[in-house]
Amino acid sequence: MPSELKIANGRVYDPANNVDGNVQDLCIRDGKIVDSVSRSASRIDARGMVVMPGAIDIHCHIAGPKVNLARKLMPEDHRLDVHPKTAVTRSGTGGIVPSTFATGYRYATMGYTTAMEAAVPPITARHVLEELDDTPVVDKGFYVLLGNNAFLYKLLKEGRKKEFKEAIAWWVNSVHAYTVKLVNTGSDELWKGRKNANITDVNERIDHYDITPSFVTESFIEAAHELGLPHPPHIHCNNLGHSGNISTTLDTMKAAQGRRAHMAHIQFHSFGGEVNKNPVSGAQEIIDYINDHENITADVGQVMFGKATAMTADAPLAWMLRNVKFDKWVNADTECESGCGIIPFSYQESIYTHTLQWAMGLELFLMSKDPWRVLLSTDHPNGGSFMNYPKLIKLLMDSAYRKEALQHVNQKAVAKTVLPELDREYTLNEIAIITRAGPARALGLKNKGHLGVGADADITIYTEEEDREQMFNAPRYVIKDGTTVIKDHEFATDHKGKILHSKPGYNEDIATEIEPFFEDYYSVKFSNYAISEDYLHDHEEVPTNPKS
Amino acid sequence: MPEAAKSKPKESKNIRIVKDATCTFCGCVCDDMELTVDLDAHRITKAKKACVLGRAWFYEHTLEDRPVVLIDGKEATLDEGLDEAARILVDAKFPITYGLSDCPCEAQRVAVDIMDTINGNIDTTTSVCHGPSGMAFQGVGESTATLGEIKNRADLVIYWGGNPAESHPRHFTRYAVTPKGMFIPNGKKDRTVVLVDVRKTPSTPVADIFIQVKPGKDFELLWALRALVKGKKISEDIEEQTGVSREVLDDLVERMKNCQFGVLFMGMGLTMTRGRHFNSGAIYSLASDLNEFTHFVAKPVRGHGNVTGADNVVSWQTGYPFGVNFNRGYPRFNPGEFTTSDVLARGEADAAMIVASDPASNFSKKAIEHLEKIPVISMDVKETHTTRLSRVRFAVATYGINTGGTVYRMDDVPISLRPAFDSPFPTDQEVLEGICQRVKKMLSGSKARVAA
Amino acid sequence: MILVPGRSQKQGTSLNKGKLKDEYLEVTTTAELNEQDMRRLKLSNGDKIRLKSDIGQTVVTCISKKEEDLPSGMIFIPYGPSSSQLMGSDTAASGMPMSKHMQVEVTKVKS
Ligand code: SF4
Ligand SMILES: [Zn+2]
Repeated sequence: MPSELKIANGRVYDPANNVDGNVQDLCIRDGKIVDSVSRSASRIDARGMVVMPGAIDIHCHIAGPKVNLARKLMPEDHRLDVHPKTAVTRSGTGGIVPSTFATGYRYATMGYTTAMEAAVPPITARHVLEELDDTPVVDKGFYVLLGNNAFLYKLLKEGRKKEFKEAIAWWVNSVHAYTVKLVNTGSDELWKGRKNANITDVNERIDHYDITPSFVTESFIEAAHELGLPHPPHIHCNNLGHSGNISTTLDTMKAAQGRRAHMAHIQFHSFGGEVNKNPVSGAQEIIDYINDHENITADVGQVMFGKATAMTADAPLAWMLRNVKFDKWVNADTECESGCGIIPFSYQESIYTHTLQWAMGLELFLMSKDPWRVLLSTDHPNGGSFMNYPKLIKLLMDSAYRKEALQHVNQKAVAKTVLPELDREYTLNEIAIITRAGPARALGLKNKGHLGVGADADITIYTEEEDREQMFNAPRYVIKDGTTVIKDHEFATDHKGKILHSKPGYNEDIATEIEPFFEDYYSVKFSNYAISEDYLHDHEEVPTNPKS
Repeated sequence: MPEAAKSKPKESKNIRIVKDATCTFCGCVCDDMELTVDLDAHRITKAKKACVLGRAWFYEHTLEDRPVVLIDGKEATLDEGLDEAARILVDAKFPITYGLSDCPCEAQRVAVDIMDTINGNIDTTTSVCHGPSGMAFQGVGESTATLGEIKNRADLVIYWGGNPAESHPRHFTRYAVTPKGMFIPNGKKDRTVVLVDVRKTPSTPVADIFIQVKPGKDFELLWALRALVKGKKISEDIEEQTGVSREVLDDLVERMKNCQFGVLFMGMGLTMTRGRHFNSGAIYSLASDLNEFTHFVAKPVRGHGNVTGADNVVSWQTGYPFGVNFNRGYPRFNPGEFTTSDVLARGEADAAMIVASDPASNFSKKAIEHLEKIPVISMDVKETHTTRLSRVRFAVATYGINTGGTVYRMDDVPISLRPAFDSPFPTDQEVLEGICQRVKKMLSGSKARVAA
Repeated sequence: MILVPGRSQKQGTSLNKGKLKDEYLEVTTTAELNEQDMRRLKLSNGDKIRLKSDIGQTVVTCISKKEEDLPSGMIFIPYGPSSSQLMGSDTAASGMPMSKHMQVEVTKVKS
């Protein structure tokens, strides 16, 4: 017998289908939205409640070696925030970097049903897939770090763009990634090979390769376009966190030459001012560019006051932070592929730069003209935990609350922004766009982020409350693949969720080019590198759209 | 049997070659083995590229004629064994699981699930190996690298308190000393190798510089190096204290500050001796400090094949790497309180499930005496002191030889195993899953152990 | 004297044959002392000695090492049941018993 469910009389926000708070029914059969269900379908009476598609986190760090190192690093943080088991769910620990089970359940309790891990060195992808399998409820995928890949650099140096494209596709297929990720392009070689140096300019030559970060970025955007990846290269620009980095960010966006590109945690890349001086907000210039360029999508990477953890493939950045705050520090070099840095962190209202970043993020949101392209994230846990999302939503929806919050932060920093003048309040429909419909569109997930017929039945139902933080903190129901996972705020059942990945087509001959490189410079055998599909368990291949 | 047949076993035609198989005997987890398998004899007859330890590992794991399950020394069926094991665990008030470093992650994940379900205690052999390094990591962090990066770039390689020639024979040849790398075109010629130990070992000849430290004085020596790196004064009697002269120290400091990419490998000679986690913490801190001058990493040389996997699994499921207790319905971590050696020596545990390890031979006397008193469930590929004293013992298939699964190399690189031949014995994972299902069923509904 | 248990290659290879097999037992009950200490204690290769710590005692066979390889006052033995007999259970809240660097008293066993 098919399992059927009807959600009756809710106020539905489904921006992708132009439904803006209309009272209507939703019908679900076998995990999908359908036209109608039989009379015997079970029923949720959603009268007076707000119904939205399940939310999607387009950029977070929730699984894999760096996340696990951060977990191991902070026992003091876990013990303050235990996550007890229930009759149907596993136990774990929370804090700024929760255990896998706690991560999945906590996303669900905020109405999130999909989350994308944003930075995975390919050699460690097996580990990521194992952790994602232990991350319950949500669907998930990951972006593979290729922007500092030694073999790909070699191809670019030799001017072999065609093989470069094939090799990217080989990598995405071999590790079952969703799309490619670039982080501080070119920096790895300087970090590992030139005594912890860093790239400072997108037009600087990268040691040994005679190519520039700008050229690398452009080449990736072009290749991803031709391969038709569902989501374009996900880009963490150079010079993160440095005063005056807006010029780098603008140059990087220009390198897309009108093609699709996603700019990660754009707040961290919106600093005005001069190098090595106190930064000021450059949010206006960045958002103006994004507003005018439909090829660009971005997630904000909002900073929230309180505990955070810098956890990044940008090793020089973590080193810079370590030298500001002499806390325990992790660096982890991955052969031929990536760097990594971790440092516990906290954002404080009284500190100039922290307030500036907080305000810059809000400026970006409030000056964005297209909510479909400027999406909600905290770059969890870099700008703060994903558990802050409800509070962030309140900051966006409630200008009185925001004005009140402005009283308690560093006023010198506020003076360098236009935040006090921005009165905009996000509507529920716009929130549904920046947390659901927008991320789904940017990711190319046709079955998610909306509630039309054929969509995945990932649904959240909220009791409407004036305090938006409270409202978004505790949905009354969360339905995943048609199963009511949370019922009256409590877990009714456990649920696994699936892996989302893409399989760009390519010419398999490229493997014979890659293999000798492995024998020389990797420490694992080429034949043991690609990951068997056994690691995917439940999974969905999201189609590509190649340009031939 | 006629004499001739005995000395020259019949040539079997049923031969299989397994390329790029993985040796799980030590933390090097070499994945370049070429195995020749005699499928009729159920044994590996050749292991190309394996070191002497690896060869012993592959050649000695044959199919032994043992019962799959023994309960109180009597043969029983698998189901009876699983039922009895589940009953012991559910009846216990303070059940513990220990071992886990010689089985794949897939099995380790189930073991944590069982302990979460019954509010038990989980710990791995990490606690008596590099557990102290794990604690040091929590305190000061770590600058580290995968072994391939060391092969490609390290021009200064320091081993401290370890004897890889005998414990991890291919560490030198495959990863850190002799191989040529991207920026180390001449292999060993392009590297300086330093060895610090309390005695000369078969590893010593590899070193360009051997430094002999007085036993138990590693911390003092490391702290002096940290001070010198930072340009601070150290005590005049450093040689008297540590056995190492000021000249040797100054030379080492210069080399460390001026290398291109340095690495400090630490062995259990640091974690098992006076100072324990302080020693590891000093190594980590020294490597981190050196990043102010150059690029420097540190790395514990982990022992068992998948002890690194055990650390990872327990960490991602609970937030803590070892010594975890679920008694309150959520994980708590406290070395000394929830580590197996202590829990046994204090006589607290009232049932134990031991997976792929042998505490009955290598724990303290007091701990072993307690283990003899309580019901023990064991899973192992061979008979050991622990299987001998077990109430329920499962003979299991050997990981990497008879089973697949995932193993993490000492540098956290995950590798999938390629089994060589089938075994009639169940895998650790199958036994653990059987126990897990039964335990869940016995505790379903009102008996579920939820948060206290 | 100070006892330092550790790994050796033979301990590793014999372990694969089985921990209850003769070879492993032989390897893990053979202790190394340097020549000077051997002379001082009037020992020759193959003699049985008793090692005694605060915790327990065990009898092992001794063999000699050159002075430059093993310092005076130190005994090396491959890990195994013998070394465990001497090991205390106190981990100083670390989970790790003091497995290397144990104080032991050495006496010759008359045969
Ligand atoms: S070094 Fe270790 S993993 Fe490699 S072959 Fe030898 S025993 Fe096996
Ligand atoms: Zn990020």
